[in-house]
Amino acid sequence: MALLEIRDVTRRFGDFTAVNNVNITIEKGEFFTLLGPSGCGKTTLLRMIAGFDLPDSGQILLDGINIVNMPPEKRPIHTVFQSYALFPHMTVAGNIAFPLKMSGKMPDEIRSRVRESLDNVHLSSFANRFPHELSGGQKQRVAFARGLVNRPRLLLLDEPLGALDAKLREEMQIELINLQQEVGVTFVFVTHAQNEALALSHRIAVMNQGNIEQIDEPSKIYGFPRNRFVANFIGKINMMDVQVLEATYSHLKLIVAGLGEVTAPGKEGVKAGDKGIMAIRPEQVQILHHAEEAEVKGHFPGKVHDYLYVGNVTTYIVELANGIRIEALLPNSTAGRAKFFEVGDSVVVTWQHDASTFLND
Amino acid sequence: MQSRNFGLWLVAALVYAFLYIPLVIVVVYSFNDSKLNTEWVGFTLFWYEALFNNKEMLIAARNSLIIAVSASICATVLGTMAGLAIHRYKLKVLPILVFTPIAMPEILLGVSLLLFFLQVLNLTLGMVSIIIAHTTFCIGFVTIIVWARLQGMNWSVFEAARDLGASPWQSFRLVTLPLIMPAVVAGALMSFILSIDDFVITFFTKGIGEPILPIQIYTMIKVSVTPEVNAISTLLMLLTLVMIIIATMLDSGVLRGEAKQ
Amino acid sequence: MAKWLVSGPPILFLLVFFVVPSLIMIVTSFRFPGEFGGLAPLVAPAGEVGGEYGLTLEAYQFFLSNSLYAEIFLKSFGVAAATTLICLIMAYPLALLIASSEKRFRNLMLLLVLLPFASNFLIRIYAWMIILGPESVLSHFLNTILGVFGIAPLTLLFSPFAVLVGMVYVHLPFMVLPLCTNLEKHDLALLDAAQDLGASSWQSFWRITWPLSLPGVFAGSALVFIPVLGMFAVPEMLGGTGDILIGNLIKDQFLGTRDWPFGSTLSIMLTLAVLSVAGLATWFARQSGGMKYAE
Repeated sequence: MALLEIRDVTRRFGDFTAVNNVNITIEKGEFFTLLGPSGCGKTTLLRMIAGFDLPDSGQILLDGINIVNMPPEKRPIHTVFQSYALFPHMTVAGNIAFPLKMSGKMPDEIRSRVRESLDNVHLSSFANRFPHELSGGQKQRVAFARGLVNRPRLLLLDEPLGALDAKLREEMQIELINLQQEVGVTFVFVTHAQNEALALSHRIAVMNQGNIEQIDEPSKIYGFPRNRFVANFIGKINMMDVQVLEATYSHLKLIVAGLGEVTAPGKEGVKAGDKGIMAIRPEQVQILHHAEEAEVKGHFPGKVHDYLYVGNVTTYIVELANGIRIEALLPNSTAGRAKFFEVGDSVVVTWQHDASTFLND
Repeated sequence: MQSRNFGLWLVAALVYAFLYIPLVIVVVYSFNDSKLNTEWVGFTLFWYEALFNNKEMLIAARNSLIIAVSASICATVLGTMAGLAIHRYKLKVLPILVFTPIAMPEILLGVSLLLFFLQVLNLTLGMVSIIIAHTTFCIGFVTIIVWARLQGMNWSVFEAARDLGASPWQSFRLVTLPLIMPAVVAGALMSFILSIDDFVITFFTKGIGEPILPIQIYTMIKVSVTPEVNAISTLLMLLTLVMIIIATMLDSGVLRGEAKQ
Repeated sequence: MAKWLVSGPPILFLLVFFVVPSLIMIVTSFRFPGEFGGLAPLVAPAGEVGGEYGLTLEAYQFFLSNSLYAEIFLKSFGVAAATTLICLIMAYPLALLIASSEKRFRNLMLLLVLLPFASNFLIRIYAWMIILGPESVLSHFLNTILGVFGIAPLTLLFSPFAVLVGMVYVHLPFMVLPLCTNLEKHDLALLDAAQDLGASSWQSFWRITWPLSLPGVFAGSALVFIPVLGMFAVPEMLGGTGDILIGNLIKDQFLGTRDWPFGSTLSIMLTLAVLSVAGLATWFARQSGGMKYAE
């Protein structure tokens, strides 16, 4: 049985639908992420799981039991808040001990568990400090410790890394993965930072305007986005308008206006004559000097229009024959050479035929 | 910029002088060895002695203290509840009910309560009527102070308590209350001061019986002015000063009614 | 629900001890005065014939019939307006100074302004009775100077002047506070920008600081104007017999002549006056709301 099942949950605020008939199943031990732009409903959904909001319809099942009418203090679910929400009038140890006291554990057990918890987050010497004496990263670790000490069935994390600076954020991401694996608690993580979601999660649910767009592993979300929104939201992607010429089980023949024929992997439900988008990631686009392999099928000539050098990689913007601009990402792996192509160079772009995706949008 | 500041400082100094010189005069003449408040004759504590031998004055002081403590307790409890309710539930009606009594001229509240007590409740005017009256206008002050304090706090902290297993009552007792306590106490002190000092509302709701401090002072001023008035005024000022300082130390925004932090 | 548990008691208390008394006051203004003061019963006792019972507009008619009352109302408005203006002129520079001071001094300076407010207000009035009294240093000094010019000695006390001084003294802190709160939020960079673009100190103040401070000015003015309208202690103790204001009238009706209906009528009139002023102040504040910022 799945640990958490969200069935047909809807939440409206007046005319505005924040969560629209959402269905999600989360397995035990997963690091599950709700990903989406501001206002997509992910935080509303999280609050309903925690018990601070009531769905207008639908059920939320924890271990098979509907908890919708259970008040937050009775649910074996704890939350790490975006602002950490540490109790300013209690010490670090007092904060961590709080959920244990609430569940009626004996003082001895509380003491040992708090100590264990502090060790886990490397804050053993901070037990008697107060929250205002801690740095941002330390406060956050206390928030984690406090949420996990009582071994909840589920830990909810509401953009917990949002307030950290870039470097600290990356460090905490790694700590978070390790923490989750060590403790084994199921995490439901909310964020709008897509690379964070890709790095941390077992599975991601991409949300937009209250709807679930796609639920999948990170590699599938990235490599095989289901629609234009997901394709656009995750990473950078090239999109071209196409029409389907031929559709078989294994591949699709597409016509790109002004460019020619390309092949893409086969997709269910697509038939000849359909209009749509061909999407391809910049790192999948290969650039070759013009002299080589011109006029071969699947290769398209163009001129380098601009480039963006960011140290480890360079993105080249190539303008093709039909006026379309395509982005290609190349690693700058050869030491000493910052880039391979100059603005104005005549080049040829191509890609593997299983690298692109057809989207119906 | 320099000259502008100098001009400002000068005016400011004059205004401060304007505010304090009258009070200083009252205090100084309370030690004056003369019945008149006109020339300085010599230092004496005679008037303070007279004060302590003035039976009625002592009873009035006692009554005022009882009233102030009672009204302050009632107003603090009700005002804290109101502050919590306004912050949490955002009712429209509560702010209107709570703040109108302090926005209106005091005489209106005094008069309407007088009519109410005599006509409807058939209550003999006395300590109880005064306590009720004082509570009514003190609630607003406590509410502002508590509400402002709540505004300045991180609301997630209250949710976190529930999230970690505390029932609503436990969450209030272990988290909310300790965190608003400085504001609550500051509110109580303010209520005490307002009650002890109140003249207008007390004037209308006191009836004929018990002597109350501000009314005693009023009668003394109208009937027989002696520096005893200066003495009691000085003592009252001292009391108020101490309370305000404590209140400000607890919650620095208390006098402005604004959020701390 | 918890909601009513927390908000219930205060709402109930204020309904009973504020709303109901206010309603009673309204009803009382429509009743007849009793023979020995107080009120006549609403219903005629069994067997009695004639006499005045029930509801009436008599009190209102009386109010409107005599121009004396309108005069007193006007005088009260005048005193309130004068007090507000003087308070504004005195408080503004002080508020400017406090707002532009370092943070750690600001609270202290404000505290110093508000401390006198915390003392018993009778004491504050009494202090001015001493200062303005005929035997005081100030009076002697003034009259000596006037004597040099051959002018007869003036009594400062028991005059409209004394009433005004008393009103200003009691209400000054109420003007300082809102002004200060507003001025604190002003972005000083705006004044630098103005200076950079050629404005003199005075022009910067008049065209930038003053307009932006209007919400504070209105708030402070309302906090002074409204209480002054209802005051009776200041006119009674510092004013002469001709200086009575609305507050004194009301007090007399209730504790002197005991004509409760008329007293209630006067109170209703005062309430209406206060509500109009409050309404005007809110309207003005909203008009200048476009200039409100940094909330």
